[in-house]
Amino acid sequence: MGDSNTDVIQGTLDLLILKTLSLEPMHGFGITRRVEQISRGVFKVNPGSLMVALQRLERAGYVNAEWTQTENSRRARIYSLTRSGRKQLDEETADWNRRAAAIARLLKAEG
Amino acid sequence: MSIWRQLTRGARAIVRASQADRELDEELRQYEDEAAAEYEGKGLSPDAARRAARLDVGSHLATREAVRESAWESVVMTVLRDLRYAARRLRRAPGFTIISALTLALGIGATTAIFSAVNPILFAPLPYPGASRVVSIWDARTETTPVAVTFGTFRELAERAHSFDALSAFKPWQPALTGDARAERLDGQRVSAGYFRALGIAPVLGRDFDARDDVVNGPNVAIITAGLWRRRFGGDPSVVGKAATLSGGLFTIVGVLPPGFDDVLAPTAEIYAPLQYDASLPSDGREWGHHLRMIGRVHDGLSIDTARNELIAIAAHPVVEFRRAPWAGLENGLIVNSLQRDVSRSVRPALLAIFGAVLLLLLIAVVNVTNLMLARGAERRGEFAMRAALGAGRSRIVRQLLIESLLLATVGGAAGVAVAAGGVRAVVALTPPGLPRAAAIGVDGAVLLFALAVTVTIGVVVGVVPAFQVSRDLVVGLREHSSRVTGGHRFVRRALVVAEVALAIVLLVGAGLLLRSMRHLFAIAPGFDPSQVLTMQVQIAATKYRGPDAASRFFAAALERVTAVPGVTAAAWTSQLPLSGDFDKYGAFFESSPNELRADDQSALRYAVTSRYFDVMHVPLRRGRLLDDRDAQPNVPVAVLLSESLARRAFPGGNAIGQHMHLGATNGPWFTVVGVVGDVKQASLAINEPDAVYVPAARWEYPDYVRSLVVRTRVDPSSLAASIKAAIWSLDPDEPIVRVAAYDDLVTRSEAQRRFALLLFEAFAVVAVTLAAIGIYGVLSGAVGERTREIGVRTALGASRGDVIGLIVGQGLALAVAGVGIGLAIAAVASRVIATLLFGVSPLDPATYAVVAVALIVIASVACLLPALRAARIDPIETLRV
Repeated sequence: MGDSNTDVIQGTLDLLILKTLSLEPMHGFGITRRVEQISRGVFKVNPGSLMVALQRLERAGYVNAEWTQTENSRRARIYSLTRSGRKQLDEETADWNRRAAAIARLLKAEG
Repeated sequence: MSIWRQLTRGARAIVRASQADRELDEELRQYEDEAAAEYEGKGLSPDAARRAARLDVGSHLATREAVRESAWESVVMTVLRDLRYAARRLRRAPGFTIISALTLALGIGATTAIFSAVNPILFAPLPYPGASRVVSIWDARTETTPVAVTFGTFRELAERAHSFDALSAFKPWQPALTGDARAERLDGQRVSAGYFRALGIAPVLGRDFDARDDVVNGPNVAIITAGLWRRRFGGDPSVVGKAATLSGGLFTIVGVLPPGFDDVLAPTAEIYAPLQYDASLPSDGREWGHHLRMIGRVHDGLSIDTARNELIAIAAHPVVEFRRAPWAGLENGLIVNSLQRDVSRSVRPALLAIFGAVLLLLLIAVVNVTNLMLARGAERRGEFAMRAALGAGRSRIVRQLLIESLLLATVGGAAGVAVAAGGVRAVVALTPPGLPRAAAIGVDGAVLLFALAVTVTIGVVVGVVPAFQVSRDLVVGLREHSSRVTGGHRFVRRALVVAEVALAIVLLVGAGLLLRSMRHLFAIAPGFDPSQVLTMQVQIAATKYRGPDAASRFFAAALERVTAVPGVTAAAWTSQLPLSGDFDKYGAFFESSPNELRADDQSALRYAVTSRYFDVMHVPLRRGRLLDDRDAQPNVPVAVLLSESLARRAFPGGNAIGQHMHLGATNGPWFTVVGVVGDVKQASLAINEPDAVYVPAARWEYPDYVRSLVVRTRVDPSSLAASIKAAIWSLDPDEPIVRVAAYDDLVTRSEAQRRFALLLFEAFAVVAVTLAAIGIYGVLSGAVGERTREIGVRTALGASRGDVIGLIVGQGLALAVAGVGIGLAIAAVASRVIATLLFGVSPLDPATYAVVAVALIVIASVACLLPALRAARIDPIETLRV
C-alpha cells in the first residue's frame, strides 16, 4: 500500500512462487506474505496474478495442490513443490542469476 | 506428465466449470480471511481489517475470469458458448433452419451416396495387396477394341516375359452344382494356375492351384469362395478334400478363399477350377481361340511401363520355339493396362458423369443456402450492429456467423449421411448388372470422411459470403445508420440466383440429352419382336449327356414338353440370345470369295437354333427358305441362313442362296446357304453388328450344353415361367435354369448403364430445378419486401396491378434469362463429358437445349408470380402512412 511497494517484475512471479514453496508447502496467502517478508516489502503479489500463476504451475506439474484442514479447521489449498518443480526452480534461478549479472554489468558500464 | 495434467485439468474445468469456480472462490475467501486476520493482528478493527483484505484480493469475478482465460480450455469454452448461442439463433428461426438443413441434407446426402458408389470402382485401389501392380493384357489385334488373347499367346508370354511375379489366363465357367439341394448354376472361372497369385490372394483353407493342377486332363480340383462355402457346405472347415458334383463331374475342393475376397474380374464368381489347356498347342484346338482374358502381377519395384515395354517387345519379335497361329501373330502388339483402369473402363464414363452431376446438385444446394444466409444476414443487421456497439469485435461477429453456418452444415451433413445410407441402397438396386465392386458399395470410413470434408467445406463456404457482407455492413451501416444499405446484398444474391439457374440448366441439358438418347435407342427395331416372349437359359451336364446326340435328344424332348404347356404358341432353342449379354462369334469363310472376307478378319455371330426360332422371334425371312426339321437330320448337307447384311456384303450380286461356307473350323464339310433373314441386334441396341449365321442346333459339331429357350406365349409371358420351368424339370430335375425373364425386360436391362445414368440425372435435375425456383422465389420475395414503399409510391402515382406484376416478374425473369444463357453455354462444353452415353443425339442437340431453356423460364415465371401477386396487393395508403 505504501509507494515503496512494487509489483512483481514481469515473468519473475513463477520463480518467486517456486522459491517460496521450496522452503515449505503453503497456501496462497502464505506465499504472498512470505514474498513480501523476504523481499522486505519491495515486492507485492497481486492475488489475481497469483491464482493464475498457481494454476499454470500446477498444470505444468511443478507444484501439487491439495485441499487440507488448517489448524483452525478451515479448508485451505496447500501448494507444494514437486520434483520437476525443484528442477525448474534450479534452472530458473541459474537463468535469473545470469541475467541479473549481465544487467548489473551493463549498468556499471554505463555509469 | 504435464500434458496429461493439462488435458485432465482442462477437461475437468470444461465439464465441471461451476465446481472449478467454487473452488477458486473458496480459495480466495480463505485468502481474504487470512489477510483480514493479519490486518486485525496489526491492530485494525475487524471491519477495517475485512475491508483492507477485500481491497487486497480485489474482485473475485475478475480473478475468476483471469484464471479461466489463461487456460487452453477457455478457447473451447468460448466456442461452446458460441455454439450454444448459434443453436439458439437457429432454433429461433425454424423456417430458415429447416429449409437450409434439408437442402444441405439433400445435397450432401446425394453426393455422399454417389461417392460411395463410385469410390470403390473409380478411386479406391482394388482390394488386393499391391493392387497397382496388377495389369490386364489384351491382344491389340483390331484398332478399336481390345481382343481376348489365345492360350498360345499366354503360353509364349508366360515363358518369355520376366517382369511378372505371376501371369494368368482365364475364362468364365458356369458349372451346375448338384447334390442335396436343387441344382444350382454357379458363376465361376477356369483359371491358369497363377490366377490367385497374380491377384495376391491366397486361400484361407486348403491350398492354391499349382502347376500340376493346370495340365491337360489334369485332376478335377476346385477352389470356392467363402460365400459358397457357407451357403452350400455349411461353413464346414473339413470341406477341403471333399468332393462336389459340378456339371456331372466329381471335383475335389482343395481350397476356400478369404471371406472378403472380391473378384473384380468376375464379380459373381464363386468357384474356380484350373484351365487345363493343352500346352503342346494343337493348331486346331481351343488353344488358339481368342477367348481368354489375361492378368499379370508386375514384379515389385518395376513400373507398369517397363512390363508393358517388355511384352510389346516380345510381341514384335517372334521366336521359332513359340510358333504363332496366323490370327494370333501379335502384329499390332498387346494392350497392357492397370487392372483398375481395365475393369472400370466400361462404367467410367457413366460414373464420372453421374458424379459430376451430383456435384452440380451439391453446388446448387450450397448456393441456395448461401442465399438464405444472406437474406437472414440482412434481417439480422440490427442484431449485429447492437453487438458491435456493445463491444463485440468484427472478428468475433464473423466467427459467430461462421460457427452458425458450420452448425447448420453439420446438422445438414448428419441428416445427409442418413439420406446417403438410404440412398446407397437405392443406388445399388439401380446399378447395372456386372458392375465391378458392387459389393463394396456402402457407407464406410472413406465415405464418412468424404461427407465430413464436404460438410466442413460447405459450412465455411456458406458462412463466408454472409460473414463478409455483415462485416462490411458493420463498417458502412453503423456509420450511415441506415437500413437500406442493401446494394451489395442485392447484387450478390442476384448473382447467386443466376448461378443457380445456370447450374440447373446444365443438369437439365444432361438429363434431356440422355432422355432423348433412350428414346432413340428404344425406337430402334432390334430385328425381332420381344413382346409376348418368355426366355430362360438351361444348362445341362456334359458328363450326363455325352455327345451331340444325347444333348439334342434332351433339348428336343424338353422343347416338346414346353410346347405342350397351355398358353405357349411356339418355342425354340438358341445357342445365344440377342440383347442378353451372350456373345459368340466365329470366322466366316465363303467358298466363292474366301480371301476377301478372310482378309479383313470377318467373323459372324453364330446362332445354333432349332427350327421354330424364327417363328418365335419374328425374325423375317428375306430370301430363300427358313430352317425346318429336315435340316436337323444327320444325313443331309448342313443348311444355314445368313443375316441380310452378311449376305449383301459377301455376295453384293445378291446370289447368296446355294453358296458354300465354313463357320469356325475350316476342315469340316461345307455348309450350304439356304436362306437370308433380317438383321438382329446382339450386343446392344446401340451397336450395329449385323453379320450372323444361323446353323441347325443339331448339326453343330460340338453340342451347346447351355442354350436359351425362347417361348412365344398367348398370355403374359411371366405368368408361364413357373409351369415352363416345371415342364423342363419334369424331364431332369438336376439341370439348372437361369435368367428367366420376359424378353421385353431383358431388352430394357440391356441398356442398364444408360438407364442408370438417366434415372440419376433426371432425379438430380428435378431437385436442381426445384432449388433454383426456390432461389428465385426467395430473392424476389426479399426484393418485394424491401421495395414495399417504392411499389406503394408507384401505385399511388397510377401504376396498375399489371404494371407492378410486370415489374416484379420482369425482374425475376431477367435473372432467369441470364442464368439460362450462361447455363446453356456451360452445358455446351460440359455435355461432352456424357458424349459416350449418348445415342443418336449430338451433345449440342438444339431441340434439347431449346426445350430445357423454355421449361426453365416457365418454371421461373411461376416462381416469380407469387411475390409479384403479393406486390400487386400492396396498399399504397398503408405503406405511405408512416
